[in-house]
Amino acid sequence: MPAPSSRRPKSSKKFQSEGPNLLDLMEAAVKQAKTQATAETAAPAAEPHQDGSESDQFPSAASDRRGGGGRRETAESMAARQREISVSEFFTKNRHLLGFDNPQKALLTTIKEAVDNSLDACEEAGILPVLNVEIQQLAEDRFRIAVEDNGPGIVKAQIPKIFGKLLYGSKFHTLKQARGQQGIGISAAGMYGLLTTGKSIVVTSRTGTGKPAHHFEIQIDTRKNAPQVITDEVVEWETQHGTRVEIELIGTYKRGRHSVDDYVRQTAIANPHAEILYTFPGDEGVQHYPRATNVLPPEPRAIKPHPYGVELGALIKMMKETTARQLSAALRRDFSRVSSRVAEEICKAAELRPNANPHLIVVNEAERLFKAINSVKIMSPPTNCLSPIGEEQILSGLQKEVKANFFAAITRSPAVYRGNPFQVEVGIAYGGDLPSEELVDLLRFANRVPLQYQQSACAITKAVLGIDWRSYGLSQSKGALPMGPVVLFVHIASAWVPFTSESKEAIAAYPEIMRELRLALQECGRKLVLHIRAHRRAVDEEKKKSYIEKYIPHIGIALREILSLSEKSERDLVVTLKDVLERSRSREPLQE
Amino acid sequence: MAKKKASAAKLSEAASKAMLSAIHSSAEEIHRKIMARKKPTMKFPVRSLTNVRYHPQRGFFEIAGQKKERTLTVNTVKTFAQTLRMIALSKELIENDDIATKREAYYVSKNWEDARFSEQPESDTVMDDVEAFFEVNREQLGFIPEEKGGDIAGRLIVIDHDRDTGKVLRIDCTKFGSGAYSIPISVERIEFDTNASFILVIETAGMFQRLVKHNYWKKANCILVSMGGVPTRACRRFIRRLADFKKIPVYVFVDGDPYGITNIYRTLKVGSGNAAHLNEFFCVPQASFLGITPQDIVDYKLPTHPLKDVDIKRARDAIKNDPFIRHYQAWISAIEHLLKMGVRAEQQALAKHGLNYVIDTYLPEKLKHPERFLP
Repeated sequence: MPAPSSRRPKSSKKFQSEGPNLLDLMEAAVKQAKTQATAETAAPAAEPHQDGSESDQFPSAASDRRGGGGRRETAESMAARQREISVSEFFTKNRHLLGFDNPQKALLTTIKEAVDNSLDACEEAGILPVLNVEIQQLAEDRFRIAVEDNGPGIVKAQIPKIFGKLLYGSKFHTLKQARGQQGIGISAAGMYGLLTTGKSIVVTSRTGTGKPAHHFEIQIDTRKNAPQVITDEVVEWETQHGTRVEIELIGTYKRGRHSVDDYVRQTAIANPHAEILYTFPGDEGVQHYPRATNVLPPEPRAIKPHPYGVELGALIKMMKETTARQLSAALRRDFSRVSSRVAEEICKAAELRPNANPHLIVVNEAERLFKAINSVKIMSPPTNCLSPIGEEQILSGLQKEVKANFFAAITRSPAVYRGNPFQVEVGIAYGGDLPSEELVDLLRFANRVPLQYQQSACAITKAVLGIDWRSYGLSQSKGALPMGPVVLFVHIASAWVPFTSESKEAIAAYPEIMRELRLALQECGRKLVLHIRAHRRAVDEEKKKSYIEKYIPHIGIALREILSLSEKSERDLVVTLKDVLERSRSREPLQE
Repeated sequence: MAKKKASAAKLSEAASKAMLSAIHSSAEEIHRKIMARKKPTMKFPVRSLTNVRYHPQRGFFEIAGQKKERTLTVNTVKTFAQTLRMIALSKELIENDDIATKREAYYVSKNWEDARFSEQPESDTVMDDVEAFFEVNREQLGFIPEEKGGDIAGRLIVIDHDRDTGKVLRIDCTKFGSGAYSIPISVERIEFDTNASFILVIETAGMFQRLVKHNYWKKANCILVSMGGVPTRACRRFIRRLADFKKIPVYVFVDGDPYGITNIYRTLKVGSGNAAHLNEFFCVPQASFLGITPQDIVDYKLPTHPLKDVDIKRARDAIKNDPFIRHYQAWISAIEHLLKMGVRAEQQALAKHGLNYVIDTYLPEKLKHPERFLP
């Protein structure tokens, strides 16, 4: 687990955080660039931070410099070179943090960000999504991708900011289930395209019939983290409402595991309410994923943060920014599940006056408050911020895309980890055309988005490995995924999915999450084993029947030869014996 | 002479008739049960070491009487059908005075469509079942083994008959030069003439060749028999009849390892667990163990190989489960000695002291004290 960033007091380190908070990371980097003189001091922050050690690096780097021998620089000479780095600049150097590590992944991430946005927009507007996903190969390593939706469109003034400014979005400040979280993805993809091909991101959008369709070509000014509009015009567009994003980039198109093809297929499974037309390079060229249901997922409600999930730094910030004049009111108003009684209990435990001014809370008081929160019993957060796929929809998604003969799905009741509501769902497809001599095909999803990388680091994989699948009718070698004709679908829905890194590829293994995963997998496993047993029984019955048909005539032949029976006696014998065995057939288990 | 042949034919005709009627009545019983809407059953003696007893007075593994019952059910219908068809084949062979090897019987089954055997071991097992079911020798059912019976050289005249003329043939086993007489598949009608003082039964063809080449039989006035591994039924029967006929002792010379002791020697002497109903005829109770004993390995400072895992398992199994080994403390001690040393020695290991050390020193020394041979 990464530790909180450097701007927080040391004491907060013992508390877990849900992944390196990018904002913090960047702020730290920016701050450092301001306080430190040289340009290369940004380098430590540029490392991929997986363990949270970054928080210690800044002070030590500073002290190293102070302790140096002969002065080569003066404060003034350094000041001449000190300037702000924008977050966009930061990311041009750290693109791997967002999933642009290599050309194959860059293509996938670009499409993924655009599709995430389209689906989120359609659902928020209550529109059944129709998506056009196109990959056009321009040269060996050069592609033009386009994602078009029938969503609500984007108002003209917002378009440049959404696509040309990092960390601009609607989802970061609300707590509810959504595919995107931070407002980085699509602008980062556009930036990647610009960086590798020099081409602008092209956006066409219309908000409704009778409204003009706006066509933009946007580049991101990485210095300022601000959009630069190259073209802004009204165009003829046949789409009634929706948005089309086009990005040209250097990438690699491959098929198979980790491919865009796989991503689109899995997206179709997890989003049976969406219709997707996928155009890709190669001879076949087009794949149509029809809609399997006309029911939109329930609309998730935004909730306020739950006290248990808040970190000390965030708590201090919330207290500073609250509109409430009294501490107890701030607690009540800005958090979910805090009643007056609970607020008073918290204040009492923190030895703070309920009517204290929250803006004047000092650090050690905030620490007391933080500890007090965790000592008071508070009701679990509301779960209407979640929008699970639902058992029926999982089944329809699987049935549509997987050729199997048995399907089962489980949606668990919502549960909570560190104040964040989450919900686990598992679907299973068995038999049919699926290969029986291979490891099960494990499909992982977070908020309906397929997770294709870092399988082994993910809580879902760990939970699957932690189950003895042999008791559910599958074979399994020690420490490996089970083997059998199975597609295993696992979905975690949460207002805040605890990813292990910003590229959102693996889910952190919180004990509460592991527990729910295990229970859901076991429940599905029980359904599976019932089917497998029943299926085996049916196969056995068939076999027994065929044994009788096959071998009894030979008993007739042998006895006729030995006893010189007439043909009629032989026939009688065979008929009688078949009848006797048929009657007792089902009572005898088949042995082989 | 003609009279003798006629009586032999008559004898076999009577045996055939008895066999045919046994087949007929068991088939009739099955037929009757089926028509009474009952599931027919066949009873077989359990064919394993757990179902044999050893009495030194009687001298062979006796079947202990455990039987397994095979009732015709969905699960057994295939084997049941195959067993009956095998019995029908046997009936046909006996009626036509014909024979079939195990391999031929397997090929005959290829005509049986769904009931055919896919591999010969399957048909061999069913044949063994049929043999045990009627508690007869498979030759009586018209089935003959393919395996070689064993080789003979030395002071023995085998008295056989010409198949066509019935004329007596006297086969002198001293006159095969560097070759040998082959034990036929059926030895019941063979007679003997010999004044040898013992029979030396040898495990390996290599050792047999050495003793033949140097006319060891002349020097020791004996009959040499090569078993070539675990002795076949014909080989055991041949040695038994020969030893009974002239009341001459049988000394066994095999490798000093668990296989030589518990498989080759034990099977020769008391028979096998697999065909226990036949052991009475296919055993040589008067046999004793000349070598190579575990003590020989020490006394003669023989070069050795370490015991393999299978050797160790075989030795432990024998001490634990083999009724013959368990009957003799001498054998238990010898095998434990072998296990403790953890080594085995082959017959040919004697060549360490010179190629003919076995002829000039080892065998003469051992034969001075037959009373010291292991039981």
